[in-house]
Amino acid sequence: MSQLVNSILVLLVLTGFLLLGSSRLAACIRAVAIQGLLLGILAIAVQDGQLSVAGVLFPLISGVVKGLFLPWMLFRAMREAEASREVEPFISYNLSIMAGAVALAVSLWLGQRLKLPSQPPSSLLVPAAFFTSLVGLIVIVSRRKALTQVLGYLALENGVYAFGAAVALELPVLVELGILLDVFVGVFVMGIAIFHIGREFDHIDTDKLASLTDQLR
Amino acid sequence: MTIVSSLLPLMLAAALAPLVQAVITRTKSVMAGRVGPPLLQPYRDLWKLARKGAVYSHTTSWIFQMGATIGLASLICAVALVPFAGFPALTAFSGDFVMVAYLMALGRFFTVLAALDTGSSFEGMGASREVTFSAFAEPALFLALAALARQTGHLSLSPVLAAVSAGTWMRAAPMLSLTLAALIIVFLAENARIPVDDPATHLELTMIHEVMVLDHSGPDFAMIQYGAALKLWLFGAIIVGVAFPWHSGNRWLDASVGLAGMLVLGVATGVIESSMARLRLVRVPQLLLAAIVLSALALALA
Repeated sequence: MSQLVNSILVLLVLTGFLLLGSSRLAACIRAVAIQGLLLGILAIAVQDGQLSVAGVLFPLISGVVKGLFLPWMLFRAMREAEASREVEPFISYNLSIMAGAVALAVSLWLGQRLKLPSQPPSSLLVPAAFFTSLVGLIVIVSRRKALTQVLGYLALENGVYAFGAAVALELPVLVELGILLDVFVGVFVMGIAIFHIGREFDHIDTDKLASLTDQLR
Repeated sequence: MTIVSSLLPLMLAAALAPLVQAVITRTKSVMAGRVGPPLLQPYRDLWKLARKGAVYSHTTSWIFQMGATIGLASLICAVALVPFAGFPALTAFSGDFVMVAYLMALGRFFTVLAALDTGSSFEGMGASREVTFSAFAEPALFLALAALARQTGHLSLSPVLAAVSAGTWMRAAPMLSLTLAALIIVFLAENARIPVDDPATHLELTMIHEVMVLDHSGPDFAMIQYGAALKLWLFGAIIVGVAFPWHSGNRWLDASVGLAGMLVLGVATGVIESSMARLRLVRVPQLLLAAIVLSALALALA
């Protein structure tokens, strides 16, 4: 069982690096979609055979929403905004990957230092969760396109979800549903916003929004 | 018997290394719908080159004439330290994989010096690229070997590869597959294979390794070609040792499994080369950074 958990976590880390190193928006969306599906499987895998209806149903719903529905919507937003790649991010791809390597080292160190109330199912779980959140943060601050920033937000949320799987095997149903709803609504609103920004300004580069004022220049 | 079995990895490498190159070329030909050169073609090329005389430009110095010789000598020494399929290497000592990596670096250093010695701008460009990319490939190789060393608890290539077994794969599959992926990327990069360099092209602007040796001729060029084949075999032996850890007790059976693994690796490389385009030069460091990340992750898991 721990082999399966470990493999999922390694794949989670690798998709994080894919998100950092890829310039194509489609590849980035796919990376985040795979993360969503992996986390669904992870949440079932860590229960170690003692499955309940809720324990299977909620990871399944979360996997479908984050792995299929949100990516589908983001693909649509991408098509509508006619953006296919991130051009000139604030931090280059090589540097992003190196930042990711540093983030991985920090997360591994944190994972060793952090004392948890219960033993996590795999020693890699906490580092992988921290790493995924850090990747989300790096992507949010270092990319220009609004769409990539949404992906960073999703990766951040994925990290939090993975951490949830580490500390509490069963979060209260209400909390889990609430988080899922927040993410769903958040990405939904962002998708619509991207669509409108794209239609109004012919691009979705957020750094240019800074020059928006209501004064005439 | 002991002499034979201790010399066997070296002898197999010396005899069969060009054949692996031929297998790759043949696979690429078949994938492209051609017949391809016969499997013995690399040997014929080497024989042809060895009988010719070497031409040395007046502007070159003794460094140019030494380059190819030192390159081949250091690779032969490096191959002597690498085990093959259950047969331990000729010599093994603690930390010998560092020695292997730096023997290859020594060979590369002299090839680069010889390339710079010609004063050709093309060769200077190739030398610069070779050094840049190997600077990225080296940490990946070291981290991957360190991960294997930490997983198996040995510090020398022969016991490390002897300790990797089917049981290790059962216990630590994620770690071993990460190491293997990193080693394969390093293998492709160090041997100037397609996602990094195109061994078939002779357009100077896109070449890395081939462009450095444009001025070598005759026996010198044969030594460089043979050295390239040995390097391919060396990385191949490590990869096959990790990917096909077959320790049945019967050494001859192990050796045949190892040879079959080498064949699989050759065919796989041919398939990769046929199905991928060469990366743009600026993307190559990214690929090698990915290899570094993979092996670092493997080391963290080990």
